Amino acid sequence: MLPEIGQFLLVLALLLATALTVLPMLGYARNNETLMQTARPLSHVLFITTMASFVILVVLFVQQDFSVRYVAENSSLELPLRYRITAAWGAHEGSILMWVTVQALWIAAVAKFSRSLSLDQIARVLSVLGFIALGFVAFVLFASNPFETIFPVPLDGRDLNPLLQDFGMIMHPPLLYFGYVGLSVAFALSVAALIGGEINEQWIRWSRRWTNIAWAFLTMGIILGSWWAYYELGWGGWWFWDPVENASFLPWLAGTALIHVQAVSERKNAFRGWTVLLAIIAFSLCILGTFLVRSGSITSVHSFAADPFRGIFILVLLAIYSGGALTLYTFRANQLKSRDTINLNSRETLMLANSLIFITATFTVLLGTLFPMIFEAVGKKISVGAPYFGLMFFVLMIPMAVLLPLGSQLKWHRDDVMLAIKQLVPYLLITTVLAVIVWFLFKPLNMRAIAGIYGGLWVFTATVGQWFKHPARGSAGVIGMSVAHIGVAVFLFSMSMTEHKDTEKDILMQPGSTHQVAGYDFTFTGVDRVQQENYQAQQGHVEVRREGRLITTLNPQKRFYPKQQMPMTEAAIYAGWTKDIYVSLGEAVNKEGGWAVRIYIKPLIRWMWFGGILMLSGAIIALFSTRIKRQEDKQRDRVMEQQLKLS
Amino acid sequence: MKKIVITLIPLALFFGLVTLLFLNMGYHNEHVPSPLIGKSVPSFELPLLYEDKTMTEQDFIGEPWLLNVWGSWCPNCLYEHPVVTDLAQSGKLKVVGLNWKDEFSDADNWLKRLGNPYDVILVDYVGNTAIDFGVYGAPESFLIDANGIIVHKIVGELTPENVANEILPKLAQLQ
Repeated sequence: MLPEIGQFLLVLALLLATALTVLPMLGYARNNETLMQTARPLSHVLFITTMASFVILVVLFVQQDFSVRYVAENSSLELPLRYRITAAWGAHEGSILMWVTVQALWIAAVAKFSRSLSLDQIARVLSVLGFIALGFVAFVLFASNPFETIFPVPLDGRDLNPLLQDFGMIMHPPLLYFGYVGLSVAFALSVAALIGGEINEQWIRWSRRWTNIAWAFLTMGIILGSWWAYYELGWGGWWFWDPVENASFLPWLAGTALIHVQAVSERKNAFRGWTVLLAIIAFSLCILGTFLVRSGSITSVHSFAADPFRGIFILVLLAIYSGGALTLYTFRANQLKSRDTINLNSRETLMLANSLIFITATFTVLLGTLFPMIFEAVGKKISVGAPYFGLMFFVLMIPMAVLLPLGSQLKWHRDDVMLAIKQLVPYLLITTVLAVIVWFLFKPLNMRAIAGIYGGLWVFTATVGQWFKHPARGSAGVIGMSVAHIGVAVFLFSMSMTEHKDTEKDILMQPGSTHQVAGYDFTFTGVDRVQQENYQAQQGHVEVRREGRLITTLNPQKRFYPKQQMPMTEAAIYAGWTKDIYVSLGEAVNKEGGWAVRIYIKPLIRWMWFGGILMLSGAIIALFSTRIKRQEDKQRDRVMEQQLKLS
Repeated sequence: MKKIVITLIPLALFFGLVTLLFLNMGYHNEHVPSPLIGKSVPSFELPLLYEDKTMTEQDFIGEPWLLNVWGSWCPNCLYEHPVVTDLAQSGKLKVVGLNWKDEFSDADNWLKRLGNPYDVILVDYVGNTAIDFGVYGAPESFLIDANGIIVHKIVGELTPENVANEILPKLAQLQ
């Protein structure tokens, strides 16, 4: 009975999304207020409906209803309750249902927190969002229905993929979806503005908040994904430039450009077309990412079962949404003419430079991801790996780091570049002194490491110095910006250290033997067997000592999940302030109990993720800007007044 | 008019991208020189589809064999199915299936519906072994000699032509 109710709710959601797409837009076209006013209530009902169907799916997992195909394929009698709940979004069907639910949640939130928009604006925005929801609800219903039943009902399920039985992987997809879907708000605003042929500061200011939240979620999702790959894949790496990773990184890069351009276009009548275009690009990349992950077009380390029909479906959605938006852009963008002129000697110019750097980075990564396909189309095969991405990215991030302090030094509207550069000289000197100290502590360092460390220190000293001198250093906007930029500095510095000062050793270890790696003594005391709820493991014991003093005992595991016939490597990590000690088991080598053991020393790797957390914290802090709040309040009063006058 | 030409650029690029993605969906049908040719088979330990045990590359040493990567989700595997069946029934070599990223019930249904041409079917549910083999998409086939050296690779479906002109001549050279 429950699966049928879930199914029914989805059909209902399809109808509601259709109504939300059609009615408010019709109302806008005919200037009919009643129709436009349906937008908000429809949004709320849509959310309740999709949420209910998602809850039903979770209940089906908790109850172990193996008559539902999706449950049977992703759960089993032995699976612990916590993973049964999270299995609801562990595989394709459930995760798309979660996407739809999150989308509906954002739509409802937009409907609620939009008092500063006039009725015709919000009607258009919600209608566009409804149209996006419509496509994805249809995708769930017709191409990935989680409520499909099977007969005969199996006695036991196939168990959840062991890779997904992990905290990082449980939180990773929802966070990314919040980010992806969050960017749809800026997208919807762009489309709504293009439909109406006008956009104003208030409207961009309103959407800026949503972009910041979405970007923060996206950042967190990427951090968790990176952390997960680090401890779960057993290779000690934290970023592989894998197509699936790039799929989440592309919208992030475009989103970063968007955030900075919005900061200009909400202040003055400039970069209008560029803001709109960036918003369209950012969300399009979210759909493209989903396509790459789900269609099987590209083989990747962690790609999912490929299904051509699903691929085509998402491609059609991409063509409709992005193609439609860009068609509108072609014919309407010139109506959004920016009237203010931009002085070359101003922060605006640097913000434009920032967005150009980030959009170039976006297309560099996109090209690298798609390059194998392009070549294949002309009959050649190549693979593009980490060296290409690493180098291209390095080349692009140098100007970013060099120009960042100049951008935050320059004032809005009009300033003197030469003066600003002179003011930056003290920071440059401090940076150089610090860099020399780092050099003496950690030499030898190669060119890239030096550039990264220098860049990190430069951004750090300048940002801290500028904050102290800033007349409004207590305002949320300034604090947010400074925190985010310090995050950039922390990331650059620790990433350079992690990448260039790490130690990796593959050692054959006999029980009782001791090996020295980077000043630490590793003693291998053997391997024993461990039995857990749904897996067996061989667990190694490695004692780590420094100068005779025991620091920790690490227990890396080789797990075997019998239901899925799948071996898994579980690294053991000693997480320290300055470095991680990372041990993972390779293979049993000989009968005397010898094992191949991988030992990595990763300096400052935690700080790299912490840098990311600082970046997203900055975006969140900036939400509490009093300047924006004041202007929003003013705008809300204005809208209320107009409504009163009309009635 | 000139302005529209400029704002048309994003749409044009996007259209090119979608066309590229569309053309690339599904199959990859090129002759690819694989870096693995002349090298040993990557080591693996995989469960069998119909038996409760695992096999490694060592178990296949002693006679030439063909590794055919397929999945029930792969439309072109359907086209090559009769060719694989003919080749296996000819008895000229052992044909091993590598069931790639597939659900058991789907694979089982597919084989029951069309017939099972394989001597042995290995299951690579996660796709790690396929990555070791440098598999780009299904179907792909590898001709491997009695010592476990990869002799030839065919990307895309097996056809009567490439079996007659590539697989069988290479096989004859081995014997």
